[in-house]
Amino acid sequence: MKHLEQEELILEYYGEQRDHQVHEHLESCQACRASFESLARVLNLMNEFHAPEPSADYGSRVWQRIAPELDRSPAAWWSGLAHWFEPRRLMAVGAMAALLLAAFLAGRVSQRRQQMAGLPAPVRERIMMVAVGEHLERSQMILVELVNNESKGPVDISSEQRRAEDLVSENRLYRQAALKSGDKAISSVLDELERVLLDIAHSPSKLDSAELEQVRQRIEANGILFKIRVVGSNLKEREKPPVSDPGAKSL
Amino acid sequence: MEQGDATAVAQVRAGNPDAFRVLVERHSHSVFRLAFRMTGNEHDAEDLVQETFLRAYRQIAKFDGRASFGTWLYRIAANCSLDLIRARKRRQEQQSVMDEEGQEIAAAAVADAPTPDRLAFSRELQQLLGPALERLSATERAAFVLRHYEGMCMEDIGKALGVHAGAAKHSVFRAVQKLRRALEPAVSSAKS
Repeated sequence: MKHLEQEELILEYYGEQRDHQVHEHLESCQACRASFESLARVLNLMNEFHAPEPSADYGSRVWQRIAPELDRSPAAWWSGLAHWFEPRRLMAVGAMAALLLAAFLAGRVSQRRQQMAGLPAPVRERIMMVAVGEHLERSQMILVELVNNESKGPVDISSEQRRAEDLVSENRLYRQAALKSGDKAISSVLDELERVLLDIAHSPSKLDSAELEQVRQRIEANGILFKIRVVGSNLKEREKPPVSDPGAKSL
Repeated sequence: MEQGDATAVAQVRAGNPDAFRVLVERHSHSVFRLAFRMTGNEHDAEDLVQETFLRAYRQIAKFDGRASFGTWLYRIAANCSLDLIRARKRRQEQQSVMDEEGQEIAAAAVADAPTPDRLAFSRELQQLLGPALERLSATERAAFVLRHYEGMCMEDIGKALGVHAGAAKHSVFRAVQKLRRALEPAVSSAKS
């Protein structure tokens, strides 16, 4: 067996090495053992980087500082996303429906799930479509900004990164909801979009023109922008309440 | 999830913000330790603790209970830390004091490696280890802190940082490589 790579030694140090040959090699090879011990000395030294111990009442002090900011009910966490719903759309579905959408997407609160289940299926679907449509529009804006950025020098994409990070968790919820409801077209596009958003979120925040070009190519490679536009356009059609649906008029 | 956490989470979700106090008081020490190791300074760590709990409160409907509340909170803290470290690095870049100069400072700290006797003094150790951690990128630092101090496996680190386990592993590898480069001279001199 060849001498061990540093990566193998690191996994061994953290107890994540599953290759028995590595253990055996370490026992028999003096050079690798010396290398492992040298690595272990550095990592053991890092154990000495101590965080100061906060005072016993630290938790209470944190609470005092944040309590005034907890004025909104977390049960209505969706209210922070109110801008997703344009006024005309909000009027169409109503605040109650939006609450139920959040519960549907989170999919965890059984009582709310029952409430959601109480809505007619077409209404439920329209609520979902509105939210996903908005999400796609916001994602599209970031991608378009990056694709159209023609700066020659270094470009700071930190603002796009922050927005992409925010969108990733929402994207996951929508993707899971789409999967559960069997909407493969939407879940597949959301899956691709999630990878692109993660890619942006974890890129360096300052890009030179070559790096920016790489980001651009990654966005354009799978035609994600085109797919977003197509799905977004389909969603808009599906958002429209059927004319003959009296329930929709009453909303 | 611990029973106490589960009850408190359920109460918060039911619209009782005061129940969140139990979670804040129970977890703020550990979140502070994580935040301090991520940022290396108390002031930033305290800001991060607050930001973490505020985000957790606002996102509590998304908490699905598959991981413990503490683990979920750590994920939020790790992401808040990433944001803060990136922002801080940007600020430092703007002030033209990062990277090369920062590395020189770190190198100087290592060059002035404490003797074995001095290594016994925790304060000087912090002065050695802090700059070494500063040399890591935001992701490398977050991945290393979660692996080394919080004992998370690579897969969980990936989940916490929103990347694949392989990417998390490589961030840890790069972090350890940089730390070795920075600290090995000091360790060797302490050993000799």
